[in-house]
Amino acid sequence: MWSKEVTQMIITGIGETLYMSIFATLFAYIIGIPMGIILTMTDKNGISPKPAVYSILDFIVNLIRSIPFLIGLMVLIPVTRFLVGKSYGPTAAIVPLVFCAAPFVARLVETSLKEVDAGVVEAAKSMGASNFSIITRVLLVEARTSLVAGATTAFGTIFGYASMAGVVGAGGLGDIAIRYGYYRYQADIMLVCLILLILLVQIFQATGMKITKVLDKRAH
Amino acid sequence: MAAIEVRNLSKTFLQKDGKVEALKNINLCIEAGDIFGIIGMSGAGKSTLVRCLNYLERPTEGQVLIHGVELGGLSEKELRKERSKISMIFQHFNLLMQKNVLDNIAFPLIVNGTKKKEAREQARKLLETVGLGEKENSYPAQLSGGQKQRVAIARALASNPDILLCDEATSALDPQTTASILELLQEINEKLGITIVIITHQMAVVREICKNVAIVEDGEIVEEGAVEEIFAHPKTDAAKALLYNDGSEENVSPIKPVELLHETEKIRIVFSENSAFEPVIANMILQLHTPVNILKADTKNVGGIAKGEMILGLPENKEIRNAMKQYLRDKGLAVEEVVNNVE
Repeated sequence: MWSKEVTQMIITGIGETLYMSIFATLFAYIIGIPMGIILTMTDKNGISPKPAVYSILDFIVNLIRSIPFLIGLMVLIPVTRFLVGKSYGPTAAIVPLVFCAAPFVARLVETSLKEVDAGVVEAAKSMGASNFSIITRVLLVEARTSLVAGATTAFGTIFGYASMAGVVGAGGLGDIAIRYGYYRYQADIMLVCLILLILLVQIFQATGMKITKVLDKRAH
Repeated sequence: MAAIEVRNLSKTFLQKDGKVEALKNINLCIEAGDIFGIIGMSGAGKSTLVRCLNYLERPTEGQVLIHGVELGGLSEKELRKERSKISMIFQHFNLLMQKNVLDNIAFPLIVNGTKKKEAREQARKLLETVGLGEKENSYPAQLSGGQKQRVAIARALASNPDILLCDEATSALDPQTTASILELLQEINEKLGITIVIITHQMAVVREICKNVAIVEDGEIVEEGAVEEIFAHPKTDAAKALLYNDGSEENVSPIKPVELLHETEKIRIVFSENSAFEPVIANMILQLHTPVNILKADTKNVGGIAKGEMILGLPENKEIRNAMKQYLRDKGLAVEEVVNNVE
């Protein structure tokens, strides 16, 4: 039962899971960072308060975050097909992953940026810094450890979603675990997949925390 | 032309439960090269006032003129440029915690378009100026409060400002560190000719380095003038309250004056430099054959001149009382009746 093919399949599975998670996290951040910055800026205590913009964006973020991932996955099939050309496989899974993760990332970024001491922002303003400078040179720099910690959390969540996407044929370890372990009662394959998933999450979490610690200049 | 001129400035905050008038009709004129104190109790509005001086807070009414330029008439971009000439330091230093000391000082230069290498070079020189040359690679978290404020001062000087605003800059520091920071500010004022505005609730700070002072109470300037003058002849209750509480945080005497004499009136007298040589009180007692009760005595350094301050309890006899006051006035002392309790 445990043949060379199975080993090969699991190795491919690891690759696919990582591919989906990494690219989905990347795109989620490309969309989520600007959204998080806009949320921070336009909030009533932000550097450019715009209550209307904030309310609309806030509502959209909450709306998408309340859609369960599996439902988003199904609903988005036409969009995925339009963007990727097909609705199955690892690349196709990235579309719903990004859609569901970007608002989550926006919230994480917003929370991190709002943690930055208002006094430091005020000091930058008093020096004649533009809003752009305040974002790029103060907020993003001062919040960097919190941002990396947030990214570690986001990656863990997206990684979990990516495994779930296996249900609809996205490939990856989650897919293998379901097809072989669950449908064919091959408990050993499921167990191996599970252990690998746990290991990967552990490695990424530990790496993220390590980077946070190295970056942080506050604690001594 | 005045470095800073404030005309009919008012600031009202809109809150859920109505309007709060933080500042009411403020008029101020701060000359170039001055060290100007703005003193008041917490909540008096002095922090709002200093933030109006660089338009971090936009006044509801009135004008702020910096070297004759009205800030309210500037575009956002022009205002930012003007702000780079008005530096500010804060009670909690507000340094970038994730950048080292050198990059903190270089920050205002980089923000205003200076090349990183050049900015760092200038920052290095400034770090020497504030006496922290060996700390360039340290992070703020590794520094003491006084060192952090020195870095903040170096950062404030980086943009080569004309004006330095200090918002409770020594309030988080111990008395010794406060003294060293004030000394540094005085040096900056003398060597670089930078106009300094000091916001504080500590009379000791004003007394130590300010030339002129405005006293703020409930959003209004209640008294204004040369520090020496206000110290010798405070007119308002707010000024008196600040003077009497001066330094009391550090040396509170647990011993209350024993009321051996039944005094009916208390007076406050201020000695100037010349009268300090003559034993005025002793001579007065000898001449009038009546003792007085010294309730409080202190000497203070006001703008570099030693000033003595005493609070006397005078005897019941009205004639002798008047004679004593006349005697003291004749000796060139400032005499003033104290209404409220000295304690």
